[in-house]
Amino acid sequence: MSHSPALTTPSPPVAPPKRRGASTAKRKQHLAAYLFVLPFFVVFIAMLVVPLVYSGYLSLFESKLIGGDVFAGLANYVRALQDSAFLASIGRMGLFFVVQVPIMLGLALFLALALDTARARGSKAVRLLVFMPYAVPAVVATLMWGYLYGPDFGPIAQIARAVGLGTPDFLSPGSILGSMMNIVTWEFVGYNMIIMYAALRSIPAELYEAAEIDGAGQLRIAWSVKIPAIRPAILLTVIFSIIGTFQLFAEPSLLNAIAPDAITNSFTPNYYAYNLAFINQELNYAAAIAFLLGLFIAVVSYIVQLGSQRRERRERSAS
Amino acid sequence: MTDLDTRAAVTIGHTGGARRGKRSFDPKKRRSLLLTVLLWLCVLYFVLPLWWLLVSATKDNSALFSTFGLWFGGDFSLGENLATLFTVRDGIFVRWLANTLVYSLASAVGATLLATMAGYAFAKYEFPGKRALFSATLGAIMIPLTALALPTYLLFSQAGLTDTPWAVIVPSLVTPFGVYLMRVYAADAVDDSLIEAARVDGAGEFRIFWQVGLRLLGPGLVTVFLFSLVATWNNYFLPLIMLNSSDLYPITVGLAQLQSAASAGGGSQALFSTVITGSFVSILPLIIAFLFLQRYWQSGLATGGVKG
Repeated sequence: MSHSPALTTPSPPVAPPKRRGASTAKRKQHLAAYLFVLPFFVVFIAMLVVPLVYSGYLSLFESKLIGGDVFAGLANYVRALQDSAFLASIGRMGLFFVVQVPIMLGLALFLALALDTARARGSKAVRLLVFMPYAVPAVVATLMWGYLYGPDFGPIAQIARAVGLGTPDFLSPGSILGSMMNIVTWEFVGYNMIIMYAALRSIPAELYEAAEIDGAGQLRIAWSVKIPAIRPAILLTVIFSIIGTFQLFAEPSLLNAIAPDAITNSFTPNYYAYNLAFINQELNYAAAIAFLLGLFIAVVSYIVQLGSQRRERRERSAS
Repeated sequence: MTDLDTRAAVTIGHTGGARRGKRSFDPKKRRSLLLTVLLWLCVLYFVLPLWWLLVSATKDNSALFSTFGLWFGGDFSLGENLATLFTVRDGIFVRWLANTLVYSLASAVGATLLATMAGYAFAKYEFPGKRALFSATLGAIMIPLTALALPTYLLFSQAGLTDTPWAVIVPSLVTPFGVYLMRVYAADAVDDSLIEAARVDGAGEFRIFWQVGLRLLGPGLVTVFLFSLVATWNNYFLPLIMLNSSDLYPITVGLAQLQSAASAGGGSQALFSTVITGSFVSILPLIIAFLFLQRYWQSGLATGGVKG
């Protein structure tokens, strides 16, 4: 993470001037600093490090009817990598990521750029209204879209029937993934737009004033000045989208109630891990699945970052 | 997706467009009709579902199923719906709202305090091990909540802490991204010379933090607070696995339970309008909070909160 352009370490502050008795003063400051970071790291270790280690530990055991928990080595991992339900759920989320994330981030980028030019009426209201779904919990968003998709009294079906298109089926096994993509897009375009918009606002105006004076169009400016300038922010949204996509839970678990045929118990990896742990009581196997999923997300995020850096370096050395 | 929430903060709180204010050249602000139309079409997509929710909250069950979804119809039953909502199962909905409020406020206050203290120390002190600790914090941003929820549940259950408010609040106190944000923010916002001056005056390190640091960290603090608040408010996975008694549910788990009762019990169709009204009521506090706190991120955006 430390190489990320979005998350670089700020330069250390200038060392304070040396005074007499500096070493006692320094020791006092060290102590103060440790006390400041202590509460965070106590919770950090208890709620992050310990569970992570524990999860890794659990995943190495197997629960037998006779004999209880026995050490199983990597058996759970071998099983997971051959588990077609798990692999299919990863593949499903891969498809989700490849289709939904570009749409979501593309729309967010378009809106952010459009708002940044301040050439539309009511820009401020647009920003707020697009951001609003972010304040809606995923549970409520899914409930709501579930009703909107409804074949009987859902308004989309009502309109489709009124114009003679028949009743669309948003909840069939073939269309549920698309319907879910729509829900997630609705929820998170505004959030990503705000990240990009904030980055756009921090571009020094000098960067494109000259281009504007020379008569370059807004599209041209957006493409060759603004988008490159906010690349770190865009990368940040991509990383968050990776983490978010592979962790989807509320959406499948609520859609399951209205479309039980379309949402299997392994529709998303996270939903699968939950069902394994709490319905099937296969805790050890669920721990292995969760651990693998975490590892997968970390690796994918890292590769994306690395790729982006390499590209940036190449472009810098080319210019 | 809830654990992402605090992360948006970085750009909002920190990279304000201070420089934009000094913009020397302002082209004639030509309005573009095409752009306006396009933007407002997008707005329709984001607003219509919420409009549907508002309209549906005013309908009784029969109107819900028989009238056009995007416009009012049947009797105006918002009053009855609210009355049902607040009295169903001895007013448990109020209880859920209150739980959500307590969990998210406690988590947000705690997370903000921890992140601010740590971020401030990382920005303003040199101490052995600083690099390693900060790298660990950055690395933790990538750890998905998923990998943690299950083992955390098991650990809490061994400690006998599941089915208590602590099970929801304590895991929500860790926001590595909040620490990162506060470090970046404090590095700019708190001047080293101010700290030095306070030291010369004989103030202790903690007094300097409370009286000098916190005052200057205001906007950053609000941003971390706001996004931690949303993260806990919207969380579903953690309370779902941690809590058993419906008395302790936050609004998200409660609504999901009502909904599954509504779709399972064929005879209890009356529940649908209760679920819809409940959904509508449950999103009002956050939307209002965002409108109200808008000034903060608005001012954060406009001035950057710190010297550019």
